[in-house]
Amino acid sequence: MTERLFEGADWDFHTLQRITDACEEVALKNLGLDVYPNQIEVITAEQMLDAYSSVGMPLFYKHWSFGKHFAYHEASYRKGLMGLAYEIVINSSPCISYLMEENTATMQTLVIAHAAFGHNHFFKNNYLFKQWTDAEGILDYLDFAKNYVMQCEERYGRTEVERTLDAAHALMSHGIDRYPGKKKLDLREEEKRAGRRRQHEEEVFNDLWRTVPKGASKTRSAISLERRRKLLGLPQENLLYFLEKSAPRLAPWQRELLRIVRHIAQYFYPQSQTKVMNEGTATYVHYRIMTKLHQQGRITDGNFLEFLGSHTNVVFQPEFDDPRFSGFNPYALGFAVMQDIERIVTNPEDEDREWFPDIAGKGDVMGVLRDVWANYRDESFIGQFLSPKLMRHFRMFHLHDDPEERAGIRVDAIHDERGFRRVRRELARQHDVGFIDANIEVVDVDLSGDRRLILHHRVIKGSQLNETDAKRVLQHLADLWTYDVALIEVDANDKVLREYVVSPRPIPAAVA
Amino acid sequence: MAIHIIDRRLNPGGKSLENRQRFLRRAKSLVQGAVKKTSQERDIKDVLEGGEVTIPLDGMHEPRFRREGGTRDMVLPGNKKFIEGDYLQRSGQGSAKDSGPGEGDSEDAFRFVLSRDEFVDLFLDDLELPDLAKRKIAQTESEGIQRAGYTTSGSPANISVSRTVKLALARRIALKRPRKEEVEELEAEIAACTDEDERAELIARLEKLKAKTKRIPFIDPLDIRYRRYEKVPRPVAQAVMFCLMDVSGSMSEHMKDLAKRFYMLLYVFLKRRYKHVEIVFIRHTDRAEEVDEQTFFYGPASGGTLVSSALQAMHEIARERFNPSDWNIYAAQASDGDNSYSDGELTGLLLTEKILPVCQFFAYLEVGESGGSAFDLSDSSLWTLYERLRNGGAPLSMRKVSERSEIFPVFHDLFQRRETAQEKAAP
Repeated sequence: MTERLFEGADWDFHTLQRITDACEEVALKNLGLDVYPNQIEVITAEQMLDAYSSVGMPLFYKHWSFGKHFAYHEASYRKGLMGLAYEIVINSSPCISYLMEENTATMQTLVIAHAAFGHNHFFKNNYLFKQWTDAEGILDYLDFAKNYVMQCEERYGRTEVERTLDAAHALMSHGIDRYPGKKKLDLREEEKRAGRRRQHEEEVFNDLWRTVPKGASKTRSAISLERRRKLLGLPQENLLYFLEKSAPRLAPWQRELLRIVRHIAQYFYPQSQTKVMNEGTATYVHYRIMTKLHQQGRITDGNFLEFLGSHTNVVFQPEFDDPRFSGFNPYALGFAVMQDIERIVTNPEDEDREWFPDIAGKGDVMGVLRDVWANYRDESFIGQFLSPKLMRHFRMFHLHDDPEERAGIRVDAIHDERGFRRVRRELARQHDVGFIDANIEVVDVDLSGDRRLILHHRVIKGSQLNETDAKRVLQHLADLWTYDVALIEVDANDKVLREYVVSPRPIPAAVA
Repeated sequence: MAIHIIDRRLNPGGKSLENRQRFLRRAKSLVQGAVKKTSQERDIKDVLEGGEVTIPLDGMHEPRFRREGGTRDMVLPGNKKFIEGDYLQRSGQGSAKDSGPGEGDSEDAFRFVLSRDEFVDLFLDDLELPDLAKRKIAQTESEGIQRAGYTTSGSPANISVSRTVKLALARRIALKRPRKEEVEELEAEIAACTDEDERAELIARLEKLKAKTKRIPFIDPLDIRYRRYEKVPRPVAQAVMFCLMDVSGSMSEHMKDLAKRFYMLLYVFLKRRYKHVEIVFIRHTDRAEEVDEQTFFYGPASGGTLVSSALQAMHEIARERFNPSDWNIYAAQASDGDNSYSDGELTGLLLTEKILPVCQFFAYLEVGESGGSAFDLSDSSLWTLYERLRNGGAPLSMRKVSERSEIFPVFHDLFQRRETAQEKAAP
C-alpha cells in the first residue's frame, strides 16, 4: 500500500513538498498536463488581504484606489461578511500560488492541485494567454512599473502622477487591443525601451533649439478626412493607446504611465474572457487529482470527505429564485461542462452523437479536454460544448426584457428541443467580453478647428451609458487630451441618442 | 521539475499600508466628517478606540463607462414552471433581483475600519493648542543636544573610531608608509638570498623601510576626530493639567459627567502634544482640596460655593510643584456657574493676577442640566464675572454645555486652528 501523504489536518513544509510531488505525478503522468515551474508561497490572512487589494499581484505601484479596496475588503472580512479565497495564483513563470496558512492539509492539497496544476496548465496552454500575456516578463515588468511610478512621483510630484493614473484607471477598460495583429508583447523589452527613451531625451536635450524662432507653420486645413483618419490611426477603440500616441500635450512620462496601465489591462484581458474555462479547468483538474490520490490510498477516507465538502461548496449553483443567486457560478458551469465532455467522450448517448459528432465516443478524454483548454474562450466554449443534457440539468431558460413591452418579461426559450440552441447562443453571448463592454471608439479629431476629440458609442439594444459615470470618465479623458472631448451615442441606424461635451479642467500647478 | 515552497508568513506585513495612507489622505475631509459624527455617539472611554466609519463614496468613486437600461436578455438556471412565450410580471419575484448588479451602485456608502491611531489623528487633526507666542512664558524652552559633525578636540569618550581610522588610512597611503606585507616579503627574500652582496643590499633596503615605518605612525594625533554635539533649544515637553470643579450640592451627576468628558478630551489632546502630562484634580465647595480622580468625580461633598478657594489652591500647587518655566500649565474649570456674591472680587483678582499669567490656556466650562438649554437662561454670576474679565482683555476661553453631544463640538470650537479662532473672537 502506498504511504499516506498526511494524517489529520496538520501540515508542515515537508508535507507540502510531498503533496506537491504527489499532485505533480498525477498531473503529468495521468492527465498529461503541461505546466510552468511552480512556486508555492504560504501567506497569512493579512497578506492575503494585501494581495486582494492590488489585484493579486505581488508587487504593484502605489495608488490610493488599492488602499480603498484594502479598507473595503478588510472591513467586510472583519465583520465575517466575506471569507478569503483559499488561494491566489499568478500567471507568471514560475507560476506563483499563494496558500493561506490556516488551510488544513486536505485544503492545501486541493489548492495545490487546483492552482499549481489546473490554473497553471491553462495559463501556459490557452491561446489567449499565449497571445496576449508574457508570463516570463510580467513580474519584472510590474517591478519596473512600480519603480517608474515612484520615480515619476519624485520628479514630477505625487499629485500630478495621481491625476494621470486616476484618468488612466478610468479608461482602463478601454485600453485594450481586442484583435491581435501587432507583435506579441515583450515586457522585458518594454522596460529597457523606457530607459533608453529617457536617456536619449536627456542626451539630445539642447536648450538652444527652444529659442530658435519657428517658421510659419504650414496650413494643413486642407487635409482630407480620409487622410486625417489614416494619420491618426482612426477609428481607434483603444482609448489609452490613442492618447498615448496622439494626445498633443502630454509629457513623455505621462505617456509612459498610460502605457503601463494599458499593458496591465491587456495582461488581465484574457482572464476576463476565460473565467468559466479557467475555473472549470482548475476545478476539473483538482477533482481528478484528488480522486486519484484517494484511489491510490494516499489520502484517507476522512480527508477525502472533507475535500468533497469544500468541492461541493465551490461548485454550488443556486437557482435564480434563491436569495443567494448572483448569476452563473463560473466554477459550477465550467466544471459541469468539462465533466459533461468527459461523459460524451467516453459514454455518449444518441443525442450527444447528434450534437457532438466530432468528440462523441472518441475515448481520449484528456486529449479532447487539452484541445478544448488550448483553443477556446468562454464564449466559444459555451457556444460549442454546452449540451442539451446540461441545459436540462441546470433547467436553463432565457428571459427577454424589453422595457417597451407592457405585458412584462417574456420567456424566450426554455430547456426543450425548440429552445436548446437559442438558450445556448444567449448564454454564450453573456460571456462575450466584446459584447459586455460598451463599444466606444475615437472616430475623429477636429484638427483644423478646436482640436475637439470625437468619440462614438455604438448603442446596442438601447443600453446607454450611465450618465454620471460617463461624464466623470469623459472629464478624465478631456484632462488628458487637454481640449474638448465629445462623446456621441448613436444607435445602429446612426441616429444620435445623446451627446456629451466635456472641457478639460485647468491644471492648477504650472506643469511643463 | 523543481518546486519552490516559500514561507512568506514572516515577511513584514502592512504591504498596503502606504496605499491605505494615500487613500486616507485623499478622503481626509470625508473621513474626518465621519469621525466626528461617530465620536458624538460614543462614550468617552471609547472615543480613543478605532472603529468602523462610513463615508459617502462621492469623490472616492472610480468611474468607468457603464451601460444601463435598454432591452436585456439573460439566461438563468432553475426553471420550474415557465414555458416559452410566458410573460412574467416585472414586479414579480425572480425578475427583480436580476437587474445586473452595476458595480458602482453597491458601494454607495463605503464602510471601513480605522485603527485607534488613525481615528484619534483625524479627530484631533484640525485642532491646535492655542498659540501663545506673545507671552514670554510660553517660549521658555529647555536645551537638548544633537549630533553635529566632527571636531578635532573633545573628550576621549567621544572619539569617532571610524572617522579616525579613515583619516589615518588616507594619510598612510598619501605618505607611502610601507605595508606590513612589503616588509615580510623582503624579509623572506633575505632569508632565501645566498649572494652576500645582494643580501647586504636587501638588508639595507629593509632597514630603510623599517625606519620609514617608524617615522610615519599608524595613527597620528592629527587623525583623531571627536563626535561633535551642539545644544539645541527644545520646547518643554511636559504639561500639567489642572481640573477644577465645583462639587457643591447644586452640581448634579449629569453635570459632573459633562465635565468629566471635557477633561478626558483635554487629556487625550495634551497627551498627543506632550510626552508627559500630569493631572491635578482640585474640587471645591466653599473650600478647596486636591483629591484623586475617584474622589474628584464620585466623592460626596456638600457646602457652599467659593470659586476663589479653588483658584487659590491651584496657585499654591503650581508655585510649589510646577514651575512655569519647566511646565506648560493648562487649566479647565467646570461649574454650574454659582458663586457667592461676595467672592466675585477675589476670584477676578486671583485669576488675572496669579493664574492667567502662568497658564497657557484657561478654559471655563459652564455645565447645565440636560434638556434645559443653558443658552436661554440668564447668565450665571460666574459667567458674568468671567465675561467681564474677558472683555477686559483676559485670555479666557468659555463655553456653555448642557448635552453630552455638545461636548465634542465645544471642544473643537475651543481648540480650532488659530486663524479661525481669531476670526471668531474678533467680533
